[in-house]
Amino acid sequence: MPNILVVEDSPTMRQLIGFAIKRIPDAKVTEASDGVDALKKLSTQKFDIILADINMPIMDGLKLVSLVRSNPSYKGVPIIMITTEGAEEDKKKALAIGANAYLTKPIQTQELMKLVTSFLS
Amino acid sequence: MEREAGILKKAEEFLQIFKKGEEFTKDLIKENERLRFRIAQLEEAIQNAGNEEKILLYEERIKLLDQEISSLTERYRKVEEENKDFASKYLEVETENNNLANLYVASYQLHSTLDSNEVLRIVMEIIINLIGAEKFAIFLMDEKANELVPVAAEGLTVGEVPKIKLAEGIIGVVAKDGESYFAEDMGDKSGQSPDLRKPFVCIPLKIKEHVIGVISIYSLFVQKGVFSNIDYELFNLLAGHAATAIFSSRLYTQSERKLTTIQSFLDLLKEKPKR
Repeated sequence: MPNILVVEDSPTMRQLIGFAIKRIPDAKVTEASDGVDALKKLSTQKFDIILADINMPIMDGLKLVSLVRSNPSYKGVPIIMITTEGAEEDKKKALAIGANAYLTKPIQTQELMKLVTSFLS
Repeated sequence: MEREAGILKKAEEFLQIFKKGEEFTKDLIKENERLRFRIAQLEEAIQNAGNEEKILLYEERIKLLDQEISSLTERYRKVEEENKDFASKYLEVETENNNLANLYVASYQLHSTLDSNEVLRIVMEIIINLIGAEKFAIFLMDEKANELVPVAAEGLTVGEVPKIKLAEGIIGVVAKDGESYFAEDMGDKSGQSPDLRKPFVCIPLKIKEHVIGVISIYSLFVQKGVFSNIDYELFNLLAGHAATAIFSSRLYTQSERKLTTIQSFLDLLKEKPKR
């Protein structure tokens, strides 16, 4: 059963992503509202993939990526960034610190599903 | 209703594709059987025939096999075409399905609270995340002053957005007529500082024919580019839900406030007079 962590400060966006992801058979979606919340959940559960926004209060998505990559317990978990930041340099920066893929909002559900499924398989 | 009829039409189209596929496969099997039977007949005849006769029979067999190849090639081409058609229809249905899911989540969120500030926050989240707007403002109608007052903005501060008189400029006219406005030139507006009286998209927030406000979009995210047809449709539908949610939350806030005042007044009346 794939366990997917959705890190997003907007409840609407969390629900939108969760709604799409739940169409993957047996997928379990866990929500976190910022980077700190995500780290707490990562310390208690095992995740197969992390979908994270960049602009979030308390701890942003980029900081979260660097902390995930430096922790041996979950550093291998694939991370997909989902953000409104569409500039090429933002994408390069996120990929350089360890994100595996970069999607911009508004998200195309098919594209997201394809990407998540490919990482899960 | 229109949306449901569209979905039913698409389902019917799918069914027709499947039926066509079934008929086609049956035809193919029949044709194959016929040719195989003829080849078996020829093989039998070859075994019993003399040399010259054998050559003739072989020639006929080659002709039949050629016929079979071209028939199969033609049918393969048709199947490929149908497959492509099926794939594009599937993609269309999938997109429609995703849009419906987005609309469902958005309207669910909009009607999940009666706190007017929370409703405005949700409307903004939807405009950012589903529409892809970078700079926009939400105006609400002040019926007494007959003007539109900015109550929320993204990419701008509410203070810099001007109040707009009813029927004044693009925004005022949209509020007066209740008709959406979409600029013809929707080129990339990101990075430019916008004229806040000239949005390139302006949608009325309507409850039936009563306009309670408008949403004005000044620029989209660089990656969004332009508005697609589905964006227009989705935005209009969302504006309808947003209008109801904003209106009911404001009514609720007002009635709560009145109730508190009345309750305090009653409490005051109930208090025993001090001697």
